[in-house]
Amino acid sequence: MRIRKRKIPEINSSSSADIAFLLLIFFLITTSMDPEKGIYRRLPPAVSKEAVREKMDVRERNLMTISIDADNTVSCNDEKTDIRELKPLAKEFIANPDDEPFLPEKVSEEFEGIGTVSYTKNHVIVLRINDNSDYQTYISVQNELIAAYDELRNEFSQKAFKESFQNMNDEKKEIVRKIFPQKIAEQEGGGETP
Amino acid sequence: MSRFRKTEAREVPSLNTASLPDLIFTLLFFFMIVTNLREVDLKVQYKVPDATELQKLENKSLVTYIYVGKPEKQYQEEVGTNVCIQINDVLVSLADIPVYLEMERARLRPDDKDKMVVSLKIDKDVKMGLVRDIKEMLRESSVLTVHYVAIKSEN
Repeated sequence: MRIRKRKIPEINSSSSADIAFLLLIFFLITTSMDPEKGIYRRLPPAVSKEAVREKMDVRERNLMTISIDADNTVSCNDEKTDIRELKPLAKEFIANPDDEPFLPEKVSEEFEGIGTVSYTKNHVIVLRINDNSDYQTYISVQNELIAAYDELRNEFSQKAFKESFQNMNDEKKEIVRKIFPQKIAEQEGGGETP
Repeated sequence: MSRFRKTEAREVPSLNTASLPDLIFTLLFFFMIVTNLREVDLKVQYKVPDATELQKLENKSLVTYIYVGKPEKQYQEEVGTNVCIQINDVLVSLADIPVYLEMERARLRPDDKDKMVVSLKIDKDVKMGLVRDIKEMLRESSVLTVHYVAIKSEN
């Protein structure tokens, strides 16, 4: 009698599909695809109620006012503007390439690695937002302003360092950030005089 | 000739489903990687605005989420249909915001306390008056880094 080698039966894997379905349904129910991207902003520190709010001494030429009215119309320096015109207007204001007298004054400073650069050190963009305007308008305006700063920074990085702004190391990024600082101030209400 | 049997009724062979689990596992891995586990019960409905200059939210452990919008159907009987504010998973009123933020801050490690970030998920039709008030409360609690959540617009 020859002892036949017993053939061991394989494990039945027909139920692995069921297990996979179960896990899939679990994940479908308990997770969500949330958008986690957005715009980072830094708020100014709180001013205590008793402290006198000092009026910023800003020269007319260094100031650009963007207002959002209750019906979501955007005005730049009291002229109605379309939202798409904001970015080129802001870029021209911040960079002041031709050193116009009604645009911010330029200050020359020495920076290591590039030499002397003249930039608009004292420019300020003020946002006056009416309380009844929509949040979407506010975000669109912030978006255009940040896009303006990003494009200016990128163009400058390409010219001075031959790299794009994102790819530079931190010291160079700091230098470009100093040349194009994001100076956006927000005023409350719409017409409240401090 | 006895080796070849006259064929019995020929059957069409059934589909080989041996690779079905592989397909399902592929879908499963997709969902595991692309999504994140929902940690909060959303009590307000919101649709974030669109923007183009977007950055990813970093350091999720330091983030507190604030949702602002109209309440979901099942909460409408309790709070009405006005816009409300939800911090993490509780509906709060404007004046309670600093209190809750302090509670959140207490959860962080001492050297992380000033790096707290607030992610604002605000419905795009909310009026700016409320947003301004919320920002005032944030400034009062010394939470200065905010992240306005938006989705990428087509243009």
